[in-house]
Amino acid sequence: MTTVNSDYQSETNSTPIEHRFNPYSDSGGTILGIAGEDFAVLAGDTRHTVGYSINSRYEPKVFDVGDNILISANGFSADGESLISRFKNQLKWYHFNHNKKLSLKSSARFIQQLLYGKRFFPYYVHTIIAGLDEEGKGAVYSFDPVGSYEREQCRAGGAAASLIMPFLDNQVNFKNQYEPDSHGTIRKQVKYLSLEEVIELVRDAFSSATERHIHVGDGLEILIVTKDGVRTEYFDLKKD
Amino acid sequence: MEHDPFRWGRPSDQAYGEYNNSIAHAGQQQSFPKMNTQQPIVTGTSVIAIKFKDGIVIAADNLGSYGSLARFTDVERLFPVGDHAVVGISGDISDLQYVSRLLEDLEIENNYDYDGHSLRAPHIHEYLQKVFYHRRSKMDPLWNSTIVGGLDDSGKPFLKYVDLLGVQYSAPTLATGFGAYLALPILRKVVFEEKDVEKIDEETARNAIKECMKVLFYRDARSLDKYSLITITKKNGVVFEKGLKSEEQSWRFAKDIKGYGTQKV
Amino acid sequence: MMVILLLTHQLVEYALEAIKQGSAVVGLATKEYAVLVALKRNAEELGSYQKKIIKVDDHLGIALAGLAPDARVLSNFLREQALNQKMIFNRPLSTEKAATLLADKAQKNTQSYGGRPYGVGLLVIGYDETGAHLFEFQPSGSSLEYVGAAIGARSQAGRTYLERSFEAYANSTKEELIVHGLNALRDTLAQDKELNSKNTSISIVGKDIDFTLYDDDDVQQWLDRLDSVSNARTGVNNDNNDDDDNNDDNEEPTKKEGEDEEDKMETD
Repeated sequence: MTTVNSDYQSETNSTPIEHRFNPYSDSGGTILGIAGEDFAVLAGDTRHTVGYSINSRYEPKVFDVGDNILISANGFSADGESLISRFKNQLKWYHFNHNKKLSLKSSARFIQQLLYGKRFFPYYVHTIIAGLDEEGKGAVYSFDPVGSYEREQCRAGGAAASLIMPFLDNQVNFKNQYEPDSHGTIRKQVKYLSLEEVIELVRDAFSSATERHIHVGDGLEILIVTKDGVRTEYFDLKKD
Repeated sequence: MEHDPFRWGRPSDQAYGEYNNSIAHAGQQQSFPKMNTQQPIVTGTSVIAIKFKDGIVIAADNLGSYGSLARFTDVERLFPVGDHAVVGISGDISDLQYVSRLLEDLEIENNYDYDGHSLRAPHIHEYLQKVFYHRRSKMDPLWNSTIVGGLDDSGKPFLKYVDLLGVQYSAPTLATGFGAYLALPILRKVVFEEKDVEKIDEETARNAIKECMKVLFYRDARSLDKYSLITITKKNGVVFEKGLKSEEQSWRFAKDIKGYGTQKV
Repeated sequence: MMVILLLTHQLVEYALEAIKQGSAVVGLATKEYAVLVALKRNAEELGSYQKKIIKVDDHLGIALAGLAPDARVLSNFLREQALNQKMIFNRPLSTEKAATLLADKAQKNTQSYGGRPYGVGLLVIGYDETGAHLFEFQPSGSSLEYVGAAIGARSQAGRTYLERSFEAYANSTKEELIVHGLNALRDTLAQDKELNSKNTSISIVGKDIDFTLYDDDDVQQWLDRLDSVSNARTGVNNDNNDDDDNNDDNEEPTKKEGEDEEDKMETD
């Protein structure tokens, strides 16, 4: 390939530029899970976007999959939905074969298997599951796209994760909070938040994220799991 | 000719040069890797749709573009399936024809059973989504964006989108391609969210869609003022109108647009 | 070729025989509900009872008479089909389709050399958009819809009960339907047997209820609704062979001549 003489002549590439089908897209949205003493919540906004377009103002992405387990896989929505439907399918077989509930711990390990199974063509999602552990305490597990996972007290995922997570560190795990009279020497003791406090925290996190992030907004759906089962609360977010 | 017993009968290297072995293996040898669709060729532009209190309206024009050439002007891009569903397809026209055959097969297979279980819009959508997602996962996509419309299992209006990546979403107003920029804002003025659907009648919905088709013809260079429109209600089932024209066009503004063509001033 | 044809036909006959060896199951259906009741057997006093009713999906289930392992293969097949229908089309597998799929699968076995038919009969119940349904599946490859059906040992007595009462239960509640089912099952009992919470399985599916299985302690509440848990007909007199076949209903199915005791299949 020859080009006209120019300062940039040496920079032209003689091999063709690869132009491939891109099997991924970013569906936007953000999710957030917090564990309490005897409950856990998993929340997500309901906006679905691609690029600068809002495709839908109500497309839920947090699911109650049964057995008191909540799952959300945020990122490329087609992958997220595929992951969750495979999980639900296998959960049915688990019930047929073992005739008992699937524990949250086992769900987490199984999701790792599903994600790592596609290690070389990954599900492009940040996955969070929430529920109760074997002792009835609230639990949240979070995953990277290829299956690394960890149990945590709280985790934000998706588009506005970097906006919400530092806020959570401060408000849930009391990071950088000290006893007033200790002049920054004694850390504030961590304690479980009540369900009411957690819901307020989630709502604040999402309305703030909506202000600053274009892929977040329209509606907030919070799924709450307690020993009595799962319930859903919906709040409007700004639609601009 | 070679007389060496091991190379007997072959053309002599001295006369013809060394034998090129790849000639003998020409059939098996692939100079090119297997290729899948990397870009659409003949394309259809936007499909637009809206819900109203008793059903849905969906429309798509009849143009098949070959790049910027208006190549085919009588392409049907709306496909009714069963009694209460329609699939509107934009994007590659050869993939569109493949999908339409899948839908036809689907309906035929379902009718074989003859057990009173009809295929409705949600079932067709789920199936299409699986087909699209499966193909994208094989890195061999069907290059289309589609809208499935009709009535759901409880007889309520149903509208849902699915595209070449398997991405799906539902909303009271939907549009593919350019329609997402040009038509959606107009349609959302009529129906902003799900609870507005109840307030809209068929007439209003149809007028909104027709207005959008006109706007699309004004501003989308790969569009046509001839289009098809389907209305689905519980009462009347699928009502198919073909060959509609965008009426009351006004191109008076065109004379004021300057800076191209043969204009002198 | 003729020999092979005869053999496969004979095998189907044996398969149908295996169903008669299995303990009885009874199915009933109205427009809104379908019920399965089954009599479980234990191989020996200390052994557990073989499962007779298998859930397939939230709206679908089967009961078996004959070779239980074969039924497990078929129920797993149905579970796969039901989940596939859910995955690909987002709709439940219709009861009729389920029965047809079973029949098609079983029919293949009857025309292939070297294979054997499934040695099990099934009653399939389900609830879908066309209402509640009951189908009887046979290893010959047939499946037909019924409002009441009974298969397995001494099932003719149960069928007789259903024939007499199917008009009466056509509009009954789900509770009444279960009681009718238990009445029919009770009629299949041998003289010295009675229904109890150990040997009885009950399941129901319908308009406002997912497929639900009652076993063990959960069965007692239903048995309490019966006037008697032993075969009323054998209790009154022994001359009760009032159905339309020529068999004595109080006898276990007669052994085929030349059939060795060791040849006997383990049926449930």
